[in-house]
Amino acid sequence: MSKPYNHTKATLALAKASFRSIMRSPSAVVFTLAFPLIFILVFGFLGGGGIKVDVAVSPGSDLENPVINALEHHSVVHLLIDKDPQEIKRGLEKGTIDAVITVQKNKAGIPAYLANVQYTSASIDKGSIFKSVMSSLLYTLNTQNTEPAIAKLQESTIQGRIYRTIDFILPGQLGFSLLSTGVFGTAFVFFGLRQNLVIKRFFATPVRRSSIVFGEGLARIGFALLGAVFIILVGHFFFHFTLIHGIVTVLNMLLLSVIGLIVFMGFGFVVSGIAKSESTIPPISNIITLPQFLLSGTFFSIDAFPSWLQPISRALPLTYLNDAMRKVAFEGAGLWDVKQQILIMVIWGIGIYAVAVKVFKWE
Amino acid sequence: MDKTNTIISVKNLVKKYDDFTAVQGISFDVYENEIFGLLGPNGAGKTTTLEIIETLREKTSGEITVDGFSVDKDSIKIKRIIGVQLQAAGYYPNLNLVELMELFSGLYGVDIKPMDMLEKVNLQDKAKVKYKALSGGQKQRFSIATTLINSPKIIFLDEPTTGLDPQARRNLWDLIIDIRNNGTTVVITTHYMDEAEQLCDRVAFVERGEIIALDTPDNLIDKLVSTGFERKKEVKKANLEDVFINLTGKEWREG
Repeated sequence: MSKPYNHTKATLALAKASFRSIMRSPSAVVFTLAFPLIFILVFGFLGGGGIKVDVAVSPGSDLENPVINALEHHSVVHLLIDKDPQEIKRGLEKGTIDAVITVQKNKAGIPAYLANVQYTSASIDKGSIFKSVMSSLLYTLNTQNTEPAIAKLQESTIQGRIYRTIDFILPGQLGFSLLSTGVFGTAFVFFGLRQNLVIKRFFATPVRRSSIVFGEGLARIGFALLGAVFIILVGHFFFHFTLIHGIVTVLNMLLLSVIGLIVFMGFGFVVSGIAKSESTIPPISNIITLPQFLLSGTFFSIDAFPSWLQPISRALPLTYLNDAMRKVAFEGAGLWDVKQQILIMVIWGIGIYAVAVKVFKWE
Repeated sequence: MDKTNTIISVKNLVKKYDDFTAVQGISFDVYENEIFGLLGPNGAGKTTTLEIIETLREKTSGEITVDGFSVDKDSIKIKRIIGVQLQAAGYYPNLNLVELMELFSGLYGVDIKPMDMLEKVNLQDKAKVKYKALSGGQKQRFSIATTLINSPKIIFLDEPTTGLDPQARRNLWDLIIDIRNNGTTVVITTHYMDEAEQLCDRVAFVERGEIIALDTPDNLIDKLVSTGFERKKEVKKANLEDVFINLTGKEWREG
């Protein structure tokens, strides 16, 4: 009895219990691992295809000529032969066919062929791509046996780091995973513990309140890091996710994960405090997570958003986590290089915990 | 047995909520190694009184000492020497009984063998079962096991037998008497007068936040009888519950 009470031991006992509980909770595993992995799989397989322009060859067209031959072997052009005029017309209107081409022998003799291209307003971007494909193609064909009079174009591409879809998608998914485990997980657990008088029973023991919060946080961080390592490894070994400095990059990413998760858990504490019943937790949590999910550059680069939306995106904490993750993973930045992003997350953290202290309820 | 050593002393305890007074000036002592019952209807203030002694709730005024420690200054020291069973408390989700025991041994800062604790309440067969999957009686036995982890001087049981079938109830009585016989003081609340009569050395009747009677069950009954009170029906040597127990057996049940 005279032995002093050990707060560390109590905190660790709580962390262990909480970790076991999280590992057995289906929703935690689904949100932290399954969802991000599914998105990574989908985008991992989608990526790498590049742009394809669908060009229909009209039924009346000549097929044995240099123009069609060259287009057949072009990497960007996907030729559609055997389409009837009705199908082509509908395709053009809907934009599923980007252009239609007709090549005819020239009865007048020179030039040998006449190529007729029709574009559609339903697919202007790809139409323009096809336009430049055609002009460079015809230029090459027409100048095959002559030297250019003014200048000859010589092109080459430098072999750079390959930026794959996965390099964009994975950090975003990792951020989303941390956001959902931080907000949903924390909110549900603390609400549940309070509602079922689990915390009240804890209060009948000598444990400190801080030990309960730290123990719970420790377990969640441990679980989220395990998830993060798993996501990074799957991305790296199956989809060639770029880790510039290998293990150092991974450690930097994990450190960013911890910072992000602590901030997101703050939101979770707030939700658990303001939720009136178990069923109001998901809507409130969604109000916090969904906008970040959509606007923080999880799927699309923020630069692609309209300019009025960008300031909103640049106010959200997940934006900075995603940004920092991508810089660290792909550009090989150190943590000091992303200090601005970290600083903004820390400011968010201070703000949200100030609110959490006010609204959090123990019983 | 020396019954005059006061272990809990409550003096003029008052608890006010915004618009009503739950406890209005209660005073009583609990003696070491007795089973002390707080009896009374719902909302009489039993649970509030208990939770204030357990340091789970702030009092409005009054003085309480538990084994010499004041609830105002030494709540942590009190928590280390008491065991608390709450009415309708839950336990950490997704954990089995052994894991819950490990958690509580960490929370109390003591080293115990989870299986030993489960054996004390005859739940060793349920070691790998989750709390939610237990029957009502098993849940209460488990709750009582968690109160014993820190080898407390006093345990508080808040309506431990509410909702249990007669077998489970009698088994729990045996368990509570065992705990007392091992030197622990027991404070219990209940709605059941037969239970109080069987278990408690002394009882206090609480009504609208006040104690209206406090004595041994025997003395209270004798006092009433001496006023000329008589039951309408002659009491038989057994009651219907005795018949039920006799017919269905008294052993520990899973149900």
